[in-house]
Amino acid sequence: MAIAADAGSGASGRSWWKQNQQWLTPWLFLAPGLVMFVVYVIIPIFQSFWLSFFDWDGLRAPDGSSTARWIGMGNYVELMDDDAFWTSLHNNVLWLVLYLLAVPMGLFIAIFLNQTVRGIRVYKSLFFFPFVISQVVVGLIFSWFYAPGFGLLYAIIERITGTGVAILADERFVTYGIIAAGLWPQTAYCMILYLTGLNNVSPDQVEAARLDGAKGWRMLWYVILPQLRPATFIAVVVTVIGALRSFDLVSIMTDGGPYGSSRVLSFYMYEQALSEYGYRMGYGAAIAVVLFLIMMVFISGFIWKMIRDEKEGY
Amino acid sequence: MFHATRRVALALSVAALAVSAVQAQDKRVLKYNADYDPIPLAAMEALIADFEAANPDIDVQLNNFDHEGYKTAIRNFLSADPPDLANWYAGNRMAPFVKAGQFLDVTDVWDANGLNDSLASAAASMTIDGKKWGVPYTYYQWGIYYNKDAYKAAGVDLPPPEGVDWATFVANCEKFKAAGIDCLTTGTKALWPGAGIFDYMSLRTNGYEWHMDLTAGKVPWTDQKVKDVFSELAKIQPYVTANHAALDWQDAAALLVQGKAANYVMGNFAVGVFKEGGMTNDNLGFQPFPAITPGIPRAEDAPTDTIHIPSGAKNVEDAKKFLAYVASADAQTKLNAAIGQLPTNKNSTVPQDDPFLVAGFNMLSSAYALAQFFDRDAPAEMAKAGMEGIQEFLVKPENLDKILERLEKTRQKVYAE
Repeated sequence: MAIAADAGSGASGRSWWKQNQQWLTPWLFLAPGLVMFVVYVIIPIFQSFWLSFFDWDGLRAPDGSSTARWIGMGNYVELMDDDAFWTSLHNNVLWLVLYLLAVPMGLFIAIFLNQTVRGIRVYKSLFFFPFVISQVVVGLIFSWFYAPGFGLLYAIIERITGTGVAILADERFVTYGIIAAGLWPQTAYCMILYLTGLNNVSPDQVEAARLDGAKGWRMLWYVILPQLRPATFIAVVVTVIGALRSFDLVSIMTDGGPYGSSRVLSFYMYEQALSEYGYRMGYGAAIAVVLFLIMMVFISGFIWKMIRDEKEGY
Repeated sequence: MFHATRRVALALSVAALAVSAVQAQDKRVLKYNADYDPIPLAAMEALIADFEAANPDIDVQLNNFDHEGYKTAIRNFLSADPPDLANWYAGNRMAPFVKAGQFLDVTDVWDANGLNDSLASAAASMTIDGKKWGVPYTYYQWGIYYNKDAYKAAGVDLPPPEGVDWATFVANCEKFKAAGIDCLTTGTKALWPGAGIFDYMSLRTNGYEWHMDLTAGKVPWTDQKVKDVFSELAKIQPYVTANHAALDWQDAAALLVQGKAANYVMGNFAVGVFKEGGMTNDNLGFQPFPAITPGIPRAEDAPTDTIHIPSGAKNVEDAKKFLAYVASADAQTKLNAAIGQLPTNKNSTVPQDDPFLVAGFNMLSSAYALAQFFDRDAPAEMAKAGMEGIQEFLVKPENLDKILERLEKTRQKVYAE
């Protein structure tokens, strides 16, 4: 009897695995990635939310207990009354809008380069080059380009108008100057996306359209662009996300200055939480939460569209 | 057989462990976390070697961090893995650590070694709640470095060693402008160089006590006396290098070296950069910042670097011995000669062949009081907002009222907590 029961449970154990293998296996393979994702992404998101209700300078008492103080919505109330926050938000909107110029510019260059000329691969790689080099290098190159005294742009403006304009020291131009630097690699990125997209444009349809008398803008708008929809989608997604997380260029080129007028939310968060004059962990977390919520609007939009497209079978 | 060999081996290794443990116990370990750049690191290693020679039973283990990374690391290691000694800064910079109970009170070290007298000039900045929280080992002076060639090119008389008065300084600026030379240069991209100018304007216009009250949040930024400071600053604002907000301090140093600028309010560490650019003791000059309001006792900026004992330290007794050694006149003489800065111990000496160190030492040891620098005297958040305000004023003086209102708002928030 006992033996039978043992055998029975053993058999059912094997068969349980056999029965459930189908749906279990993918999860087993996903598990390492999921664990990492939960530990390093999901949990920190909630920790940030939690931290944003505290006033904490990042220090612990000698016994290891945290010196954080619960202040509820205090950080958010302060944010609403913080000029620097509104400046950062305003700059983020500027980034978002102007950064999207990378998409049409990338398309234009891609169409321009999508021809069979001798050595076209070299030209393509030259245009792609800015995306390959680090953002830090891009920032430095553009700082020198703008630099008062020896910068090329400064010298040109000085030659034409008589007085040079130090773009990065002028609160009116500084954000535009940084965005222009950011557009350089981002355009290259969009270009490469469109170049791969253009490879997949069906020659039959182009031929058919040509027979029907379409050319120029009409050809681009009604025949080519619809076929580039997947490329456009990805280009917009990476550009929007790139604009919202713009940090390196601001940090390299101006450090948020002059007097904080080129800050963006991600940089302001870093400044408040982690920089030399910061260590306001709760306040930094509150800024991070705001930035996260803004990003969530776009990310959920993108995900929603992706799911819908998948259902429709694009 | 196999088992027997293994057991012997095990016994041997246990014995070896025991022996090494005994050897380690012979020397008491002193863990020291610091953030030295290469030259100060070598100087401190020499000091440690001297200390170990004098105390053969102590083994100082220096754990050097990257300078910027240290500022973050100290917040973790003080509670996670406290060393016996740690570098930090005087003034308000150490206040958060003192208030969180992370630093040990070392008043007894000061009392037992007569430091209240020998380190008198730095005592105030090491004191919080009437207790001393560490020991200073070096500081450096701030003042006006000038290019003698630029003075000659503009036809301006060289200032005497004690400096010119404010009216002369402003009048000279007009002459420099006529000669196409920036009277005063600075690079405020990193904000703090502008704060040096403000510190001196404030110290010279309203005095040390008032300046300390301002950085301690006791004076509203909309106060008339703050406006007095800015109205003095407005006199030289037109003569400050244009576009300074886009320049790093080294960029502005290049302007001084090239003779495109005449004066630079800077710390003594800049001398190395000036000399790398080709200046020598013959054409680089130093003068104290001019007096503005007559009769105010002369106070100077002298940022002080310090060593503290974390409250989690395991070897407090030897750590105090080390602090006493670092504070001693001989140790400070040797250390500071190597790093080209000033000893905080008034019985120390400075190398007589360096005119800038000699001038600084004389200036600081005869000063009425020493400020730490704006971003160390004021709490971090106020410092940041203040330095941005100063930068904005130097670019757009017409925004003054707006700037002061903003700073006052920050003040009410920062000091209320």
